[in-house]
Amino acid sequence: MEGDEIMAKTIEEKQYLVRFRCDTKSHLEVKDENVCLTSCPDKDCTIFCPADVYKWEGDRMHVGFEGCHECGSCRIGCPYDNIKWEYPKGGHGIVFRLA
Amino acid sequence: MGDRFDVIVVGAGPAGTSCAYTAAKSGLNVLLIERGEYPGSKNVMGGILYRKQMEEIIPEFWKEAPLERPVVEQRFWFMDRESMVTSSYKGLEWGREPYNNFTVLRAKFDQWFASKAVEQGALLINETVVTECIVEDGRVVGVRTDRPDGDVYADVVVLADGVNSLLGKSLGFHKEWKPDEVALTVMEVMNLPKKTINERFNVEDNQGVSIEIFGDSTQGLLGTAFLYTNKDSLNIGVGTTLSGMIKKKLKPYHLLEYVKTHPMVKPYLEGGETAEYLAHLIPEGGYKSVPRLVGDGVVIVGDAAQFVNAIHREGSNMAMSSGKMAAEAIVRAKEIGDFTERTLDHYRKELYRSFVGKDLKKYKDVTHTFEDHPQYMADYIPMLNKAANKFFTVDGSPKKQKQSDIIKGFTKDKGKITVARDLIRAWKVMK
Repeated sequence: MEGDEIMAKTIEEKQYLVRFRCDTKSHLEVKDENVCLTSCPDKDCTIFCPADVYKWEGDRMHVGFEGCHECGSCRIGCPYDNIKWEYPKGGHGIVFRLA
Repeated sequence: MGDRFDVIVVGAGPAGTSCAYTAAKSGLNVLLIERGEYPGSKNVMGGILYRKQMEEIIPEFWKEAPLERPVVEQRFWFMDRESMVTSSYKGLEWGREPYNNFTVLRAKFDQWFASKAVEQGALLINETVVTECIVEDGRVVGVRTDRPDGDVYADVVVLADGVNSLLGKSLGFHKEWKPDEVALTVMEVMNLPKKTINERFNVEDNQGVSIEIFGDSTQGLLGTAFLYTNKDSLNIGVGTTLSGMIKKKLKPYHLLEYVKTHPMVKPYLEGGETAEYLAHLIPEGGYKSVPRLVGDGVVIVGDAAQFVNAIHREGSNMAMSSGKMAAEAIVRAKEIGDFTERTLDHYRKELYRSFVGKDLKKYKDVTHTFEDHPQYMADYIPMLNKAANKFFTVDGSPKKQKQSDIIKGFTKDKGKITVARDLIRAWKVMK
């Protein structure tokens, strides 16, 4: 149906509308990759992250920091406190233009 | 930067800017540090700005500030899968001076507000992250930034660094928030012609509507969805406790799509074009989650201090009042030349005497109670809808019979005692 595209249904479509000024260095870091692999079967961060930053690649966690909204959910929600979370360098990261 | 200031405020949101504005206006030398490209670029809010607390900082701000619409109608929807029970208040007096509240777009508003603090003499520095507080002998004496030679010193540092408040945490003022102390909220700004908005929401050009949506909008989780009218766009969003989202294994943007396509919501959005997608945490731990507020040479304000009244979706106003009260305490401290915790504690005392402290206290058990007892969202809202359906469906059965059936319906599944207990519990935490 026409019009559905501009309703930004998928997360990719939503993220496409957001402005990011990416740093070359990640402000997010998995502290111990082994914890994700061996201790964390549910990998909740791959579900609740509102920007799909975390993607499990079978044996390791891919962290797409470039699309991060800097909300802090992953740091608080990781059951193993396994995410090192900092703010991106001044002026970098997400740039909200509207709300 | 290398200089020395009376006050350094970290974060140019409503709390920080209110503090910087008030302190600068009183003649203090103020540095306001913002990590974003501009104030507002990291900030998200459903969109309601309250007139009263803003006016106490800048009288008649509405004549100049970039606002969207004054809200003249507040609607509340108690929604089930394909029905809703609603209640609302519309008052045209809210559309005239002095107004009650306004919808705003924060990126615009925060820039304007910060520019007003600059007019009062505050120095605003953007694109700068404060990495830590500089502490000497247990006293905060300045901040370290991510700029070269980025140490700056001041008599008092105000932490207005938002919900995550890494600085408050690093000072030991609070521990890491727990997933039930924050609400993960996602929203979209959707462009829609002004005329369409006016027709759909039954308002005129300079009148706005706020809709809070409970029940199926969060699939029974503790939280709400909201739909607010801007001039020529809508803010549609949904948030639940992070703990609820994790437990139910919900993707926040799927929940947002669920709300957007819900048959009660969808007709309002038809033809809208998404312009931006935003995610943010709201501090919703309430009274019991408020961290230590004052130390030697340091105070905490706004979201960083968990100043949000989730029941009345108030936060920006608490942020502003707390920023202003912090500034007043700092001005007082400056007069007597003492910036110890004992003197700055004036801020904490005033805050707890004000509506901020009193409202937080009134609802101190609400979040935890509703989180621990999901039946209010998950069971009672559907029951309310069923009751309304039964009562208003003309099916030939006498009204007295209907009333009796409705009451039986309420108590059948749970038993009278459970229902009574639930009602009493809800009354107790809300009263």
